Amino acid sequence: MVDRVKPHFEKGGRFAALHSAFDAIETFLFVPNEVTAKGTHIRDGIDMKRTMIIVVIALLPALLFGMFNVGYQHFLSIGEALPFFSWQGFWFGFLKVLPIILVSYITGLGIEIIFAQMKGHQVAEGFFVSGMLIPLIMPIDTPLWMIALATAFAVIFGKEVFGGSGMNIFNPALLARVFVFFAYPAYMTGDRIWVAGMTRGEGIVDGFSGATPLGNAAADSIDRIPGFLDLFLGTIPGSIGETSTLAILLGAVLLLVTGIGSWKIMLSALVGGVVMGGVLNIWGANSYMEIPFYSHLVMGGFAFGVVFMATDPVTAAQTETGKWIYGFLIGFLSILIRVVNPAYPEGVMLAILLMNMFAPLIDYYVVQANIKRRLKRVKSPTVN
Amino acid sequence: MSKVIKIKRGLDIRLKGSAEKVFRATHLPDRFAVKPPDFKGITPKVLVKPGQEVKAGEPILLDKVHPGIIWVSPVAGIVDSVNRGERRKLLDVVIQRTGSDDFVSFETGDVATMDEARVRELIMLSGLWPAIVERPYGVLANPTVTPRDIFISGFDTAPLAPDIDFLLQGQKKGFMTGVEALKKLTSGRVYISLPEGYDDEGLLQGVSGVEYTYFRGPHPAGLVGVQIHHLAPINKGEVVWTISPQHVARIGNTLLQGRADTRWVVALTGAGLKETGYYQTIMGANIDGLVENNRADQEIENRVISGNVLSGTKINPENFIGYFDSHLSVIPEGNQYELFGWALPGYKKFTNSRAFLSALNQNREWNLDTNLKGGQRAFVVSGQYEKVLPMDILPVYLLKAILAEDFDRMEQLGIYEVIEEDLALCEFVCTSKTDVQEILRRGLDLVRKELS
Repeated sequence: MVDRVKPHFEKGGRFAALHSAFDAIETFLFVPNEVTAKGTHIRDGIDMKRTMIIVVIALLPALLFGMFNVGYQHFLSIGEALPFFSWQGFWFGFLKVLPIILVSYITGLGIEIIFAQMKGHQVAEGFFVSGMLIPLIMPIDTPLWMIALATAFAVIFGKEVFGGSGMNIFNPALLARVFVFFAYPAYMTGDRIWVAGMTRGEGIVDGFSGATPLGNAAADSIDRIPGFLDLFLGTIPGSIGETSTLAILLGAVLLLVTGIGSWKIMLSALVGGVVMGGVLNIWGANSYMEIPFYSHLVMGGFAFGVVFMATDPVTAAQTETGKWIYGFLIGFLSILIRVVNPAYPEGVMLAILLMNMFAPLIDYYVVQANIKRRLKRVKSPTVN
Repeated sequence: MSKVIKIKRGLDIRLKGSAEKVFRATHLPDRFAVKPPDFKGITPKVLVKPGQEVKAGEPILLDKVHPGIIWVSPVAGIVDSVNRGERRKLLDVVIQRTGSDDFVSFETGDVATMDEARVRELIMLSGLWPAIVERPYGVLANPTVTPRDIFISGFDTAPLAPDIDFLLQGQKKGFMTGVEALKKLTSGRVYISLPEGYDDEGLLQGVSGVEYTYFRGPHPAGLVGVQIHHLAPINKGEVVWTISPQHVARIGNTLLQGRADTRWVVALTGAGLKETGYYQTIMGANIDGLVENNRADQEIENRVISGNVLSGTKINPENFIGYFDSHLSVIPEGNQYELFGWALPGYKKFTNSRAFLSALNQNREWNLDTNLKGGQRAFVVSGQYEKVLPMDILPVYLLKAILAEDFDRMEQLGIYEVIEEDLALCEFVCTSKTDVQEILRRGLDLVRKELS
């Protein structure tokens, strides 16, 4: 079948302009029949598609939980509280979240295919993951056009201008969020955007607050932050996929078992967060600083960022030693920004982007150390 | 027990079809060849014409840069053809065996009493000099330099690799004489590396004045480049030589007999074969008859590789055994589509990544084909190469320096310490399907050209 259709899409064929799109679909359906031509004659079974699909699968618990939560929070806000795992709630959430995912994928993949065709490359798989990450880190009430705009910005200026997947400096999904955050701050902060329907404000029961725990903390309403268990399970307002630390941990387990996500980054970021949280606890200058360090780990986007964003291999440090430093600083800075700078309640996003920028610098020093070891060897030849 | 070096990082790929330890009938085909592409850094000149009669050991090629280096005919016969490829690149010189027993002989003597110049002269005269590989760059050894050290790896850890002790059966004397000769060529030491637990009385043991070291761990522990890195790494400006045990035995026998010893033992391996085993033959033998009548499955297309599946050379079933190759690997071509191959659990996919279910039982014997198993991408995944490269080298940074043609950087990052085979496992495990060995060779050639 493939062999019969394929010639039309090759150079000179009728549909040559759609070559990249055809190739993407062909390789999506089949592992191609291409054999090794030079170098090693056998190859490992792993490829980029496999790597990316595992990350997408790891995101599914957070996505499904997010759909339940969107419905749950909505019905809670209009005073028709449902049990958390209800079909009605899920269906509501599903219908709310699905368009966001579709918009993200259609915009992003569309741009990727156009660029791939222009450059004569195959379509890179990076957007498999980015396209799922973007919806999960957006507030549910973000307008669809804004999602499209943010995605387009992230793919074009975050990735393609650098040369495509593998060349980018910043995590594209985070760029999409930061774009909305700075371009349309009203849609990314406040108490009303985190629960579906609250922005319009119809039928919301009196006294219901859609504020996230971080919003409450920054506003000094510490007493309104839910208990640890609620924070851990994620039955709270927040971005679509970030609320449930439990669901994120399920994904983390898959990433660690398959080795796709770097355990070094995850562990060191966790340690960094605990250290900063602990330092602030000891300092304790205000009530926000007194939030126990372990609560920080389950609040806001910390878990999501550490598991899915910080471990992006392209934008993280690439040397093994560098990963320890990179992860630690992300955890450390996330909590610092979150607590000390009230203008940016979500410190994780900025901490990761900041460390994306510094990752090459960290690697630079690791590489220099390697070079120095080699030079030292010349000066003091081993005597044996 | 002497020094044992533990290699922790690496990967053993257990393939189906390792050679059964029996000698099959001697393989004596009609045609033999010398293939200049087997050697790096040479400018060959052909000394014979088609139709000309040659004795065994008679020069048929020389290197224009060092005219003393010659290649000789492995058998007595008639020059059949001189084949060239694109841009007149010399591919091979084929000799048709006539069955006569004429050979070129020369005066020899007791190796122990020979001086360095004499040893050098005899090895070059007998046509065995090209067996010596020089590092950096993995090129033909320059006979005008004295290497810092000479390294011999006494075991092979590559997939389907032959057992070197079995290969060299009955040739202990030749091997020992060969090492004695090599000792004269270096101002430093001769190192022989053996697997941990190697028999104290074993074939490769017992040469006096040699530095024996034992290695433990997965492939690439048996690669001489990895061993050098752990024993006495190559610094800028230093030159070392490496040579395979089978070639050492050839040199030894040659010096003992006063005629070029061109015998060769090759192991026939791989899942594509009905019957594996070891064959006594002659260097550069045509493999006709070894593979074609011996296929495991007539329906399946095979690939014949001279050498191992990681760094060997693909050859036609009518072609010849490579100069440095002690085994042939025959594996299925993987030119089929696989529906949703990247999405299935993948119990039958070998991987070093744990991304398939197969990771639960990696140690079974595998039948891997030559499918690329994905598309080529930019570098994305990090830390992957390091897991299979037991050297203090940052491979991705080295490769990027090569792609950027940054000479200083290549040097700083250790390009002198590696040749293609050392990074072959990196290429195998690469998610982005990068042609690691090709890029490295480009870098080696660039640096070599720049510095000459």
